[in-house]
Amino acid sequence: MSVDLATVKRVARLARLAVSEEDANRMVGELNGILGFVEQLSEVDVTGVEPMTSVTPMDMRKRHDDVTDGNKADDVVANAPSTDRNFFLVPKVVE
Amino acid sequence: MTELTSLTIAEARDKLKAKDFTAVDLTKAYLDAIEAANGVFNAYVTVTPEKALDMAKASDTRRASGTVGALEGIPLGIKDLFATEDVHTQACSHILDGFKPKYESTVTQNLWDDGAVMLGKLNMDEFAMGSSNETSFYGPVINPWKAEGSNQQLVPGGSSGGSAAAVAAHLCAGATATDTGGSIRQPAAFTGTVGIKPTYGRCSRWGTVAFASSLDQAGPIARDVRDAAILLKSMASVDAKDTTSVDLPIPDYEAALGQSVKGMKIGIPREYRVDGMPEDIEKLWQKGIAYLKDAGAEIVDITLPHTKYALPAYYIVAPAEASSNLARYDGVRYGLRVDGKDIVDMYEKTRAAGFGTEVKRRIMIGTYVLSAGYYDAYYLQAQKVRTLIKRDFEQAFHAGVDAILTPATPSSAFGIADENLANDPVAMYLNDIFTVTVNMAGLPGIAVPAGLDDKGLPLGLQLIGKPFEEETLFRTAYVIEQAAGKFTPAKWW
Repeated sequence: MSVDLATVKRVARLARLAVSEEDANRMVGELNGILGFVEQLSEVDVTGVEPMTSVTPMDMRKRHDDVTDGNKADDVVANAPSTDRNFFLVPKVVE
Repeated sequence: MTELTSLTIAEARDKLKAKDFTAVDLTKAYLDAIEAANGVFNAYVTVTPEKALDMAKASDTRRASGTVGALEGIPLGIKDLFATEDVHTQACSHILDGFKPKYESTVTQNLWDDGAVMLGKLNMDEFAMGSSNETSFYGPVINPWKAEGSNQQLVPGGSSGGSAAAVAAHLCAGATATDTGGSIRQPAAFTGTVGIKPTYGRCSRWGTVAFASSLDQAGPIARDVRDAAILLKSMASVDAKDTTSVDLPIPDYEAALGQSVKGMKIGIPREYRVDGMPEDIEKLWQKGIAYLKDAGAEIVDITLPHTKYALPAYYIVAPAEASSNLARYDGVRYGLRVDGKDIVDMYEKTRAAGFGTEVKRRIMIGTYVLSAGYYDAYYLQAQKVRTLIKRDFEQAFHAGVDAILTPATPSSAFGIADENLANDPVAMYLNDIFTVTVNMAGLPGIAVPAGLDDKGLPLGLQLIGKPFEEETLFRTAYVIEQAAGKFTPAKWW
């Protein structure tokens, strides 16, 4: 499988990355290089093999559904680029 | 008196106990060394002298009152991937511009709870994606090692390049690092230091900026095997905030040093003898085999047939997880924001300006392999291959092998801005060919320096162990260290 310019632009859009025409053209070659490299996986016979979901055979620990933290609104927004009274500010999304 | 910065953690610990000097003395010595040499190496991206001296003073007070932690008064460098409260934490990326978290990572909190002192944050490849530390937003790190008769600047490896360089140049007593595909072991090998990636789950990942969550694991880079053992004991813990951290007792790793390896079975995997491997690497491997044989270990040939598929599988799994983890950087909650004509335009411009070339490349690959129609062919296939890679190791261990010995890297440190590597991402990825299998299988692996190549540059060997048998690795690595000696760069700075 290989990617073309249109695919690169579509994937960039999915990944929310603005790409210039020049970047996109360069990425076509780079991505095809990497995809060519990983292509060899298709030769492995995986009949009856389960995909790995966890490297250690363990059950995920669960905790009680209790509130253990909170009242930290100031901390939560402390690093935000734009806030107003502990709300995150973003460009208008509804007309 | 010898320079305080030349002491190992174990030596400093004993001398602090004997009151030969104070934690403040030791911390000042490191801060002076950083002041004098960081301009040369670019190992630290932020130095925190006031915090360091405050922590050292508090340590001396605790010692005076009889409370002494395992790392009491020991000055450490922290990889920029670990969240440190109110201190620069950017994974060396522009997209986390100005980020100072309001919380502390579990690993670093464990170190401070044991009395350690923070000197500052260490340079790394952006989001831990790289093998040369050249993808950092803060520029490359310079390796303290140089080839004999050469002035060429070499890379310290990556992604924990700042950690490895700072330890090798004595700009900290030890450092935290992380390893997703080799990011502790490859830089350790390139700088003559010791680095261990513990079993997945041994250290909590909470507060460590996520790259590929099923592979990421924290560990130390240190000057010798003993220091690595001391640091890992403090870093490791079960943590309610990371459900993948394991609830198993943490052994006294230091106590494993000096134990005999007599009768131990050491596996030598034939698949690690790759085409085009320099003769020096093969010679080093044979030397390591001889050291362990001399110490009474039994050497057995083993086969790990799916080895060659580990790196291609990694370059599907890791970018896939990264594309998902890095979706959070959107210019809304923290870090950089570049304004746009609407919210999507803002996201796209922010991410375009904030991420570097290598990070974007991996986000693109990850997004592509997870996109509709390709998931089965790529991601699912890679996860099945991963099961087979792990099964190879299980079969070797089941047959009685206690640990596996391999080279750590396919070469010694290479030059900064190497053109062949810069133009071919896959060639750079091949640096992790010997280390990445260990992450794919979740096993522990240690890199220990074992000699110099014909250019006078350090080379490392890797030992791979069974899950949660880090003690076996420390014990065996110590035998290699005792036989090979330690390696320190000649001071040119």
